[in-house]
Amino acid sequence: MPPILEARGLTKRFKSTQALAGLDLTADRGQVTAILGPNGAGKTTFIRMVATLLLPDEGTLTVAGIDAIREPDKVRRAIGLAGQSAAVEGAMSGRENLVLVGRLFGHDSRQAKASAEVVLDLLDLTESADRLVRTYSGGMRRKLDLGASLVGAPELLLLDEPTTGLDPRSRNDLWDAIRALVAAGTDVLLTTQYLDEADQLAARIAIIDHGKVIAEGTPDDLKSKAGNDVVEVHVADAADLDRAIAALAPLGAEAPRVDRPTRSVTVPVERGSSQLLEAVRILDGLGLAVSDIGLRRATLDEVFLALTGRPAEDDADPDADGPATTGRRRRSKRAAARPEKSLT
Amino acid sequence: MTAANPAVTTDPTRTLDLPRPARPAGALTTALGVARRTVLRNIRNPQVFVLGMVQGAMFLLIFRYVFGGAITTDGVRYVDFLVPGFVGTGVLFAGMTSSIGAAEDLKDGFFDRLRSLPVPRIAIVSGRVLADTVLATIGLTVTTVVGFAMGFRTSAPLSSLLLAIALCVFAAFAFTWMFVLLGIMAGNPQAAQGLGILVFPFTFVSSAFVPVESMPGWMQAFASNQPLTMIVNATRAFTLGDVAAVRVLGHSAGYFAIRSLLWCALFIVVFAPLAARRYRRG
Repeated sequence: MPPILEARGLTKRFKSTQALAGLDLTADRGQVTAILGPNGAGKTTFIRMVATLLLPDEGTLTVAGIDAIREPDKVRRAIGLAGQSAAVEGAMSGRENLVLVGRLFGHDSRQAKASAEVVLDLLDLTESADRLVRTYSGGMRRKLDLGASLVGAPELLLLDEPTTGLDPRSRNDLWDAIRALVAAGTDVLLTTQYLDEADQLAARIAIIDHGKVIAEGTPDDLKSKAGNDVVEVHVADAADLDRAIAALAPLGAEAPRVDRPTRSVTVPVERGSSQLLEAVRILDGLGLAVSDIGLRRATLDEVFLALTGRPAEDDADPDADGPATTGRRRRSKRAAARPEKSLT
Repeated sequence: MTAANPAVTTDPTRTLDLPRPARPAGALTTALGVARRTVLRNIRNPQVFVLGMVQGAMFLLIFRYVFGGAITTDGVRYVDFLVPGFVGTGVLFAGMTSSIGAAEDLKDGFFDRLRSLPVPRIAIVSGRVLADTVLATIGLTVTTVVGFAMGFRTSAPLSSLLLAIALCVFAAFAFTWMFVLLGIMAGNPQAAQGLGILVFPFTFVSSAFVPVESMPGWMQAFASNQPLTMIVNATRAFTLGDVAAVRVLGHSAGYFAIRSLLWCALFIVVFAPLAARRYRRG
């Protein structure tokens, strides 16, 4: 069976912007593939191309073995698209929305109703099914939009930044919905600017920047690609932070990174556990009170920073206040709303 | 801390219990589906919809009672002159609304959703136009009723009145292609609203509210030949009856109706393909 998606050398130029600059990507069946990149990296352009809304200037693109450039109609029968803005009608009920899209996918009226029922149940929207969508929360609208892309039982589901702008709880809820789908056998290609989202959902991640894939692999591959494990130290007293930085700097393969709000210092190291022990000895020798210390794999934020030389969420977070010291800091702000998770 | 690898992989033994449709929706299903949604979107927002009606009625009142006294229409009461004009201009104002609606559909991703579905392209834009025609018809029916309530009277047979309404509905259909195209080209509802200002010269420099003869000569050339004047005069002539029409307007209903239809045909031939083209891939 051909891969669900195969892109070779895709380019697209909009006036003065080179949105795609030779993008290559293969997505295998049976998994979630995440396209990760900052705003303006070309994610949306790429997904719109896969959704047959845009033609590439150059390159080839096949979806489920079908040439998306020459046979867009056949591709449209194999895909479902849920975009950045929930394209559902506020003046219709959830059920009416799904039935409409089901009819457009080609179901007869009875089957469209039955499919809507299955999707409402899957997404846990049955209770709100007969309310007008304009009374839904943002998270419910996104879920319904996801549902609308499903009623035609597509082989490949395209999700363009499915959780952008959602609060953490709605985001988790939508993640659960996406996991349920994937478990039920739908292939998913999603774009995101959130590293933890890619990490949470995807078996394969392609990191894109300036219209090209700059790294590709499993989340673990990518984390090891950035090379180093990280010693992370949280000091008990903020006043000790600068002393800790100075003391730990000689250990690191790179300069330590500091996140003042959480009183933490991270040092990328080349020889993991022996350097963790060394860090413990140094801090102990200085008599610094440490609330937590540990060795962990690099996070995708750190991978992104290592690959591109800048944080992943550049200009992406509308409520980010002022320039952050590192990409890590913004992540911490978000992570504060959710329990920190292990990335091993 | 969770220990499980959070990445998920699909389980090939399970499938979402949904059938895949044998073949995609046809043009008619698509157009009707899109049209139904667009009509619901409008009539289930009664604030906006009713406000539009109230505004129309208010302007009708203002023209009838504020300006009307100062406007001379030879051989016909001003209210009988005004109401058909008002119904005719409703076609353009409905078009303005449809421009804004099309721009909204583009902006909020509804068109993208439709274009990612295996449906005929032309059916998507046709659905939009169909819905706007239905909405325009509701609007001009309300205007007609308000007109009668305000003292408009006609001795024309019912068949003539129905012909007048049918002509306005057809004109609304024809003009909407252009307005939908403008809305998509504008790209967002605010810009589309701004483009709506183009409607005003056509509305006011016409025979809709005042006799063209009262305008300066150079302006008359435009006013008496532009499409809205043809539609308004045809509507007016249908309600006046041919004898009065020839006396007041210079020509019979048939004369104006044929010219109106030619204009409508021109609008459809030019703008329908352009609007449909806009729905292709970029």
